[in-house]
Amino acid sequence: MRSTLMATLSIMIMMAIGALYPNQSFALDAEDAPEVVELDALSDLYEPVTFDHAMHVDAAECVECHHHTTGQQPVDPNCLRCHATSEETDSISCGECHSAERFSPQDLKERSNPDLYHIDKPGLKGAYHLNCVGCHEEVDGPTGCQDCHAMTEKGKKQFQVSIVPPKAGSKKDAHE
Amino acid sequence: MKKLLNRRTFLKGSLAGSAAAVSVGRSQKAMAKDFEGYPESMGVLVDLSRCVGCRSCEAACNEEQNLPAPEKPFNDFSVFDEMHHGQKRRTDETRYTVVNRYDVPEIDHPLFRKIQCNHCQEPACLTSCFVNAYTKTPEGAVIYDASVCVGCRTCMVACPFYIPAFRYSSAFNPRIMKCIFCYDTRLKNGQPPACVEACPQEALTFGHRKELIRIGHQRIRENKDQYVDHIYGEHEAGGTAWMYLSPVDFEKVGFDTSVPKEPILNFVKDFLAIVPMVLTIWPALFAGIHLLATRKDGIKKQQQTEGETEK
Ligand code: SF4
Ligand code: SF4
Ligand code: SF4
Repeated sequence: MRSTLMATLSIMIMMAIGALYPNQSFALDAEDAPEVVELDALSDLYEPVTFDHAMHVDAAECVECHHHTTGQQPVDPNCLRCHATSEETDSISCGECHSAERFSPQDLKERSNPDLYHIDKPGLKGAYHLNCVGCHEEVDGPTGCQDCHAMTEKGKKQFQVSIVPPKAGSKKDAHE
Repeated sequence: MKKLLNRRTFLKGSLAGSAAAVSVGRSQKAMAKDFEGYPESMGVLVDLSRCVGCRSCEAACNEEQNLPAPEKPFNDFSVFDEMHHGQKRRTDETRYTVVNRYDVPEIDHPLFRKIQCNHCQEPACLTSCFVNAYTKTPEGAVIYDASVCVGCRTCMVACPFYIPAFRYSSAFNPRIMKCIFCYDTRLKNGQPPACVEACPQEALTFGHRKELIRIGHQRIRENKDQYVDHIYGEHEAGGTAWMYLSPVDFEKVGFDTSVPKEPILNFVKDFLAIVPMVLTIWPALFAGIHLLATRKDGIKKQQQTEGETEK
């Protein structure tokens, strides 16, 4: 009984501190971050992406990609409803929350839980592209498919890149 | 030869069948009226605000469905400039899905719309087909059986979205070509369609139709300035399994907003429920088809004019 009381009390104190200093007390620091991250979990039609994390730390706040997981306060009012004082989570890697098995029967089953709020959370591929391309469009970063990852042989086959169009004068992918 | 026989037996049936029609009619008729789509139907929510026009979906569909090689590779974006008889690209016998670009003045970047069969809850193609070549599966797919098709192309006229295409290459082997929701290879095993899996932007969300409607409304509610407050296909044509979200009015991105909110062939469904015996009422059927055809011509003309003013 006594220990539960203590635990509740300390959580309340921690929450109070979190509310006072939402961006400092429990937040991960950008200096803790890796220099480069190899994004290779989904590589198939395109090569893995060698992500220059250090460069992106200068370009964006942690929260813009990691949401509430680094302990920073989210900006989206929809997230704030629950995550205003959320602490740093055990793992902050994208694949921890965004499923690489999006739309599998298992994934759909988990989402059909009527009590679940995050029914619309993108899978890993969607999360990468929506976040990266969305921001790149705003800041004029690269947005062509092959600006970030080169097509694999398998990709070239699926996109049938060797086909020569019948008429002259057609534009090919400007980013090839 | 098999098809020719089919055609002949079918004609013979027309002479003998009229009497039987009246008796089988009733129960099927009642069924058709009460049917409001399968409760476990799957679907796809297409979000135009997410699509970047990369054509990965088109490439994946081509491979999955063993369709003929395209004229241009799938990473050739000049296809967005193509106009055919004043219209943007459409699905045909070589492609079950196409992505088109729309330049909308109020948005500073182009929008893209993927089209394919919408897998209607109560498909006009199915109800109009008098040899029952179409089936709506409990998973939500509208599939097609070439072995019974007589090539009359009524379904092409009946579809409000201009989807079924006819393969002309073989006169004795009539075949309609349209998206089948990857039924044989994926959907019936609980897997997402090839196009959905290929989409980098998750512009295509696969799931139970009723969940997708929840998701769609949540997405609209929580991003009010990013969407018009409407899910195209929630009610259009009596409801479709493939539905759309758009950041601009749907007619600006090529949607036919005049499609009625009830099943297209509701008004003729009563007699179409007696499908194989429909021959007894040929004149009425043709009158109906003619009506549909003229309605669609009217819309086509309207779209053409719109297309011209866009330029
Ligand atoms: S969109 Fe057309 S072809 Fe597809 S199910 Fe509906 S009526 Fe049939
Ligand atoms: S569901 Fe399958 S058949 Fe239909 S457009 Fe997608 S890949 Fe093609
Ligand atoms: S794959 Fe997705 S983003 Fe690319 S064109 Fe198709 S729907 Fe749009």
